[in-house]
Amino acid sequence: MSSPFSNLEQLLYGILPYVAMFVFFLVTIIRYRVHTFSYSSLSSQFLENQFHFWGVVPFHYGIIVILTGHLVAFLIPSQLLAWNGVPWRLYVLELSALIFAFLTLTGLVNLMVRRKKYSKILEVTTKTDWLLLFLLLLQVSAGIYVAITYRWGSSWFATSMSPYLWSLVKLNPDISYVIGMPWMVKLHIINAFVIIGFFPFTRLVHVLVVPNPYLWRKTQVVRWYRDRQISRSSV
Amino acid sequence: MNVRSQISMMFHLDKCIGCHTCSIACKNIWTDRKGTEYMWFNNVETKPGTGYPTKWEDQDSYNGGWEKKNGKLRLKSTGRGRIIPNIFHNPNLPSMDDYYEPWTYDYQNLFNAPEGDDQPTAKPISMVTGEYIDIESGPNWDDDLSGSPIYGENDPNIDGLTDQEREQLFAIQRLVFFYFPRICNHCSNPACVASCPSGALYKRGEDGIVLIDQNRCRGWRSCVSACPYKKTYFNWSTGKSEKCLLCFPRIETGQAPACFHSCVGRIRYLGVVLYDADRIEEVANLPQEELIDGQRSMILDPHDPQVIAEARKSGIHESTIKAAQNSPVYKFVKTWKLALPPHIEYRTLPMLFYVPPMSPVISSFDGKTVDGTSEDLFHDISDSRVPMKFLGNLFGAGYTGKVEYALRKQKAVRWYRRAITVGDVDMATAERILLEADCSVEEAEEIYKLTSLCTVEDRFVIPPSHREEAIEALQDPMTRKQEAGFGFTAGPRRGM
Repeated sequence: MSSPFSNLEQLLYGILPYVAMFVFFLVTIIRYRVHTFSYSSLSSQFLENQFHFWGVVPFHYGIIVILTGHLVAFLIPSQLLAWNGVPWRLYVLELSALIFAFLTLTGLVNLMVRRKKYSKILEVTTKTDWLLLFLLLLQVSAGIYVAITYRWGSSWFATSMSPYLWSLVKLNPDISYVIGMPWMVKLHIINAFVIIGFFPFTRLVHVLVVPNPYLWRKTQVVRWYRDRQISRSSV
Repeated sequence: MNVRSQISMMFHLDKCIGCHTCSIACKNIWTDRKGTEYMWFNNVETKPGTGYPTKWEDQDSYNGGWEKKNGKLRLKSTGRGRIIPNIFHNPNLPSMDDYYEPWTYDYQNLFNAPEGDDQPTAKPISMVTGEYIDIESGPNWDDDLSGSPIYGENDPNIDGLTDQEREQLFAIQRLVFFYFPRICNHCSNPACVASCPSGALYKRGEDGIVLIDQNRCRGWRSCVSACPYKKTYFNWSTGKSEKCLLCFPRIETGQAPACFHSCVGRIRYLGVVLYDADRIEEVANLPQEELIDGQRSMILDPHDPQVIAEARKSGIHESTIKAAQNSPVYKFVKTWKLALPPHIEYRTLPMLFYVPPMSPVISSFDGKTVDGTSEDLFHDISDSRVPMKFLGNLFGAGYTGKVEYALRKQKAVRWYRRAITVGDVDMATAERILLEADCSVEEAEEIYKLTSLCTVEDRFVIPPSHREEAIEALQDPMTRKQEAGFGFTAGPRRGM
């Protein structure tokens, strides 16, 4: 049976996502088990405390909102379309998404400038950091380009991208959704999977250890070396 | 009552000579690695002075420790809800500039420099970047500089001093200072532990040592800003925080921590105190003037049969109870009330205590010569060159009463011993001064012995840690012996 898609297309949209996810889970788990020590935010705020704010804060606030937006469109596409049914609501959504996208970009550029500008920060910057920063820059720029050029992305994401992603989840990839997309959108998709696959090798793993139990745990932490129940009865 | 044991510490400032041997001993063992060059788990400050990091006591800018808000205790920096919006950029994090940029020297230049008219020099190189730097600050940069306008006058503890007192403190040729050695206080209400978003910091149940789990630390940096004493440090190379571990491998083998052991002036004492863990929150929340008394009442009498019974119930080992009964720290803190916690107004309930230092008497005040033959036997305490208010700010939560009490007692013991050994004070006067200082003859003898004639065994009363029993409870010791590895097998390197 001949497929309507080329081998390359099959590879990029049908196989790469699985390779990326496989690498993501395998390496993050192995890394956590074998080299837990390496799970750190690797903050450099201590070495440079002023410009840090203008990079880290816009980047993180921006990227969190943008990624949440992608997740919402992926999870509840029909509700999103319903929201977008009224024009002003669509404009509000698209405009705020764009604002946060530019916030992300500003932060990212500042972070790169900071890494280059301050010699102390350059000292703690690895090749992996640079590669990651450039991949992120490419991703964010492509995303903004798509958002501006091919309008109302929140709506067509819900109708075209969400089904594609769900087809991937259901292990029955339907890449026809992607094939007709403009090349910049394709780049955004491919690069997304590249970043997911690259994720476990980078400092990004700190995302996986965000400190959520902090809000519920007791204020003070005490660790006992001895089992108190047993030693109590032995006394 | 929930009895817990704590390896507690006491530094006798009247004996400190400021030699920094403690700092060097610690440095050579723990912080000679990349990323830790700037850290001093143990450092010795000159007071008045700005300290390390610069002006660490100024909590209006560092925001360390706890504060009372609507009757409740909360972290001044970033606790609970406030950590979420601030986790990316910690608003209260000191930067390396607040400590100093570590450096070495380009010694090769001494050998390689081309022939010229001048002697070649070894230029300083940053240990962070490897570039040439101009040294602006360094370890003990303000050592012995208490009289200087940059260091002495910027000490946050001179707040509330009168102009006369300031003048007396900084008068040229009459200036006075003392040394203030600092390590982690291993607090019973540690702000660093409470602030850690990852729960990496913890207090050890058996001995109260506060540690950072290096495998759980994610470098959120909250502990660095939360500790009001600035005794957790951020390792810029590994991206993890580190702190004084009270040399627990030494403690567990019955040895005193390196800084204690190496102390030339023998100012350091180490011993167990038992305290009531149920009262931590209540005591930390007391009004400022009651904090010292509150902490003292939280520390329990190890001779009290009820305390002993409760301690046994809490699983505290007999040997630890015995060590608590012989603890020199307990005597100085609770029995004699000579030792005081540093800055207890930060409400972390530090478990390191200081005997405040005596200082020379002022010879003139307000332009007039002070009469050295006052009827008041303690006039030289209230007229000592380090103003009582200054010591009160450091060790009395802003109040001078407890500091004055400790100094009067020290002075009384001196007079009493002087009556015996020198004889230029008559015994009647000595006994009167003892009485006025709330000190019996027996107590004076004991204070004298533990202050001046103390042996290593007197100063360091370390209970066995009974690790073997802890292992027995979970595993056959022989199996354990065969299976236990060497702990970390990978070096603490940055990232993957």
